[in-house]
Amino acid sequence: MLEKGAIAPDFELNATPDQKIKLKDFKGKNVILAFYPADWSPVCSDQMALYNEMLKYFSKYDAQIFGVSVDSVWCHLAFEENRKLHFPLLADFEPKGAVSKAYGVYDDEVGESKRALFVIDKEGKIAWSYLSPVAVNPGADGILDALEELSKK
Amino acid sequence: MSVLKPEINSQDHIQGDDSASIAIVEFGDYQCPYCGDAYPIMKEIEETFGHQIRFVFRHFPLTNAHEFAFPAAIAAEAAGLQGKFWEMHDALYENQYRLDGELFDELAETIGLDLEQFQKDSASEDIKTIIEDNFNSGMRSGVNGTPSFYVNGTKFEGGATDLYQMLKESTE
Repeated sequence: MLEKGAIAPDFELNATPDQKIKLKDFKGKNVILAFYPADWSPVCSDQMALYNEMLKYFSKYDAQIFGVSVDSVWCHLAFEENRKLHFPLLADFEPKGAVSKAYGVYDDEVGESKRALFVIDKEGKIAWSYLSPVAVNPGADGILDALEELSKK
Repeated sequence: MSVLKPEINSQDHIQGDDSASIAIVEFGDYQCPYCGDAYPIMKEIEETFGHQIRFVFRHFPLTNAHEFAFPAAIAAEAAGLQGKFWEMHDALYENQYRLDGELFDELAETIGLDLEQFQKDSASEDIKTIIEDNFNSGMRSGVNGTPSFYVNGTKFEGGATDLYQMLKESTE
């Protein structure tokens, strides 16, 4: 898993069938990457639904959040609609898990991303990373602590 | 290990003795069905462990998922201004099955609030700020779903039933 200080590997992933997100386009902004195993986990404790409630707090720190899993864009779209998510979910779908692998957070055995968080600073360097047990939603305290630290610089 | 931030303070709604050895903080949402399930168990915990327990409720409304969660939190805080936070808190969970925008005034009357004042307070910015401060506290404390519990300042990984079990074992 990539750690603090490493250059965040660039990527280009689909957020919708016809929209691609390039990490390098977000230079000058803080970026949160939340890798997670799969769409459609149970509702009230769902990690993406939780972050969805926190978007305005993230934007206070000039940060954009992306969810990343190996689900396809169509699966993401249905999930976003169902949970009324207001931030992009990226499909690490083809080649499967390539970006997760580049960040060192792909689980070969189950063929899914691990549950991992990265905060990337405005220069594209990893400022903080965290690997959570798959069954545990890590919440947002670590993300906010890292963003607060960056805002002091 | 996630820690409660800020600690229990004078801004909180607190039930039980100041001298209680166990302080439980719940972050909850009035529309969340899991919080609704936890409600009677929390009552049972308070009854069973009596003076040993201090109970604090902080708002963590999931406003995108639950359209009445934020208005319900407002209703509880507005009732709090008339000294009846817990009466409204209980009424909201006891009537969760029929929660909608019409319910708040009805509950306000049932628990004996000055309705005009309640409606006026419900529209105030100060109350919104309190709820947002509670939410912020939850984010900074590592809340990862509702309900989330903290026991003596440390996150408890489990639901209300697990909490009951843990208390039973630790007070035996």
